Amino acid sequence: MITPLASGLTDVLSDAVDLQVQVDAIGLGAIFALMAVGIGLVFGVLRLVNFAYGQLIMAGAFALAYASDRGWPVAVGIALCFAVVIVLSLAMERVVFRPLRSQSPAVMLIATFAVAFLLQSIALLWFGPLGKTAASLAELNRPVTFGDVDIRKIAIVAIASAAVSLGLLVLLLNRTSLGLHMRAAAMDFQTARLVGVRANLVSAGAVLVAGVLAAVVAVLLTVQFPTVTPTFALRETIIVLAGVVVGGMTRLLSATLGGFTIGYVSGVLGGALPTAQSQYLPTFVFGLVILVLLFRPGGLFLRGRAAVERV
Amino acid sequence: MNTRRAALELGAPVVLVVGAAFLGMLVSRSTEIYFINALVSVSIVVAIYVFVGNSGVLSFGHISFVAIGVWTAGVLSVPEQEKPAVMPYLFDFLRDTTVGNIPSLIAAGLVGGVFALLVGLPLMRLSGLAAGIATFAVLEITNNILRYYEKVGPGLNTFSSVSETTDLRQAALGAVAVIVAAFAYQRSRFGRQLRATREDPAAARAVGVSIYRQRLGAFALSGFLAGLAGGLYVHFLPLNVDAVSLDLTFITLAMLVIGGSTSLWGAVVGALAVSALDSVLANAENGLELVGRTVEVPAGTRIVVVSALMALVLILRPSGLTGGREFSVDPLWRKLRPS
Repeated sequence: MITPLASGLTDVLSDAVDLQVQVDAIGLGAIFALMAVGIGLVFGVLRLVNFAYGQLIMAGAFALAYASDRGWPVAVGIALCFAVVIVLSLAMERVVFRPLRSQSPAVMLIATFAVAFLLQSIALLWFGPLGKTAASLAELNRPVTFGDVDIRKIAIVAIASAAVSLGLLVLLLNRTSLGLHMRAAAMDFQTARLVGVRANLVSAGAVLVAGVLAAVVAVLLTVQFPTVTPTFALRETIIVLAGVVVGGMTRLLSATLGGFTIGYVSGVLGGALPTAQSQYLPTFVFGLVILVLLFRPGGLFLRGRAAVERV
Repeated sequence: MNTRRAALELGAPVVLVVGAAFLGMLVSRSTEIYFINALVSVSIVVAIYVFVGNSGVLSFGHISFVAIGVWTAGVLSVPEQEKPAVMPYLFDFLRDTTVGNIPSLIAAGLVGGVFALLVGLPLMRLSGLAAGIATFAVLEITNNILRYYEKVGPGLNTFSSVSETTDLRQAALGAVAVIVAAFAYQRSRFGRQLRATREDPAAARAVGVSIYRQRLGAFALSGFLAGLAGGLYVHFLPLNVDAVSLDLTFITLAMLVIGGSTSLWGAVVGALAVSALDSVLANAENGLELVGRTVEVPAGTRIVVVSALMALVLILRPSGLTGGREFSVDPLWRKLRPS
C-alpha cells in the first residue's frame, strides 16, 4: 500500500518540477496576476468585489472572435477588443458602481453578481451557447524549442505582457497625480475627498485601468482557449477571486501575489496530477483555498492580523 | 398584540404559498409545472434565508446542500432494478438501499444538515469576504465531486426514473413545512441571538452571545432545509449536476435579494415574484397570446430580465421589495384610525 503511494508521489513530484510544466504554470500565474490586479485595484478604491470582471474579459474575447470571423487584421481585432472592454467597464462604473458606492460590501458584491449574469445572458442571446472561435492569434500557441523542452510562445508572451503591464501600472501609481489620488483613495476614501481628491475621477480611473488589464487578459486567454462561449473566463474569475482573497485583498501587492500563486499552483497541479485525478483539480485548488483561509483569514501575504471586520 | 403580530408573520407567507397552490390547481396541466417549480423555489430560498437573512453573512454555498439533497433523495429513490443502468458504479450499500418518498426526503434533509454542520465547523469562524469566498469554494468542490465521483450517483448523467412524487400538494406542503421551521427558528432565543449578532456583533458579544455557535446552528438548520428542498426538487424534475450549480445559486440569491433578504416575508415574496416573472417570460419565449396578439421574445430573455431587475432593485431599493420587514398591517391600521 505504502510503496505504490510513495512511487506515485515521486511521479507527481518529478512531473511538477518538469521545466515545461513550470513555464506553463508561470504563464498561467502571470495571466491570473493581471486579473488579480484588475480586481484588487477596483476593490482598493471602491471597496467593491467585482464579480463581473470575467464578463468584461468575455466581452473582449467576443470582440476578438468577431474580428477574426470577418477576417479583419489582428491589430484591428485587438483594438476592437480594447475599445469594447473599456467602454463596457466605464458604463458599468457609471450605471452600477457609482450609485452603490455607499452600500455595504455584500450588497455591492451581489450587484456585480447580477451584472455578471446580465452580461453573460446577453452574450448567450447574441452569440448562442456554442459561441464563436477567435483564430487570428492561434499561431502563438505553437511551441518554440529551447534545448530539449518545447515552450509555447504564448507562455512567453503572457509573462512578458504581464511584466510590462505591471511595470506601467507601478509607474502610473507612483509617478502620476492620478496614481497618487488613487492610492490616497485606497487608503481612506472619505479623507481623500476632504483634501480634494475627486471621487468620481479616481473611481473611473481605477475602473479604466482594470478594464485595460481585462482587455490584455482577453487577448492572452483567447490564444490559449480559442473557443469563446458566454461562460468564457467565468471559472478563471472565480479562481482568481479566491486567490485575491487568499493573498490579502486590502493591499494591491498581496492581492497580485495571491492571484499569481493560485494560477501557478493550479498550473503545476494540472500538469503534475495523473489523468485520473486531474478532473478533481478544482477540488484540490479550492480545498487549499479553504485551508489557507482558515489559518490566515486576513491574507497569506499580509503581515500582522487584519482588523476585525464588522460582518 | 404580540401574538397577532406573530400570527401575521407566519400566516401571511403561508397564505401566499397556499394561495399559489390553489391557483395552480385551476390552471392547465402544462402551466401547473410552473407553480410547482415556484413552490420548490420558495423552499430553497427560505432555507437560504434561515442562514443568510438571520446572520447577515453572505453564502454562495447553499446550493451545494441542495445538491446533496438531490443526490441523497435521488440515489435512494431510483428503483433497485434500474440502478445498474443509471448508476453502474454505485457503492454496494447505496445500490441495495431503496426507500419510499417520505423517507427519502427526510434522508435528504438529514444528510444536507450533517454536511452543513461539518462544513460549518471550520467555516463559521470566518467572516466578511473570506466567508463569502470559502462558501464559494464549498460549492465548487461539491459540484466537482458530484460531477465525477460515480460511486455516489450518476455523475454527469441525469437522475432519470426517480418517482415524480412532488406534485402541487407535496410542493406546497414542503414549502409550508420549511416556512414553519424558519418561523419557529427566528422566534426562538437562538434566532433572536443570531439576529442580534447581525445588527451589532460587538454588542451581541458583550451580552454573552457566541457568534460562532449561533451561526453554526443556523448554518446546520438551513443546510437541513436546503437538503429537504433538494429532495423535493429531484422528485419533481429529472436533474443533473448542472441544474444545481452556479445558475441556481444566482437565481435563488436574486429571489432573496429582490424580496428583501432580512425577512421571511421577503424571502417568500421574492421567490414567488421572480418565479412568476420567470414563468411568464418562459412562456413568451415560446410565443405568448396577449390581447389577441402573439408576443414572442428570443430564448434566453429570462435571465437578462431577471438579472437586470436584480441590479435595478439593488440600486433603487437595496433592502428589497418588502424593505426586509415582516408582513404587518400596522401602516394600514394607522391610516384607518389617525391618532
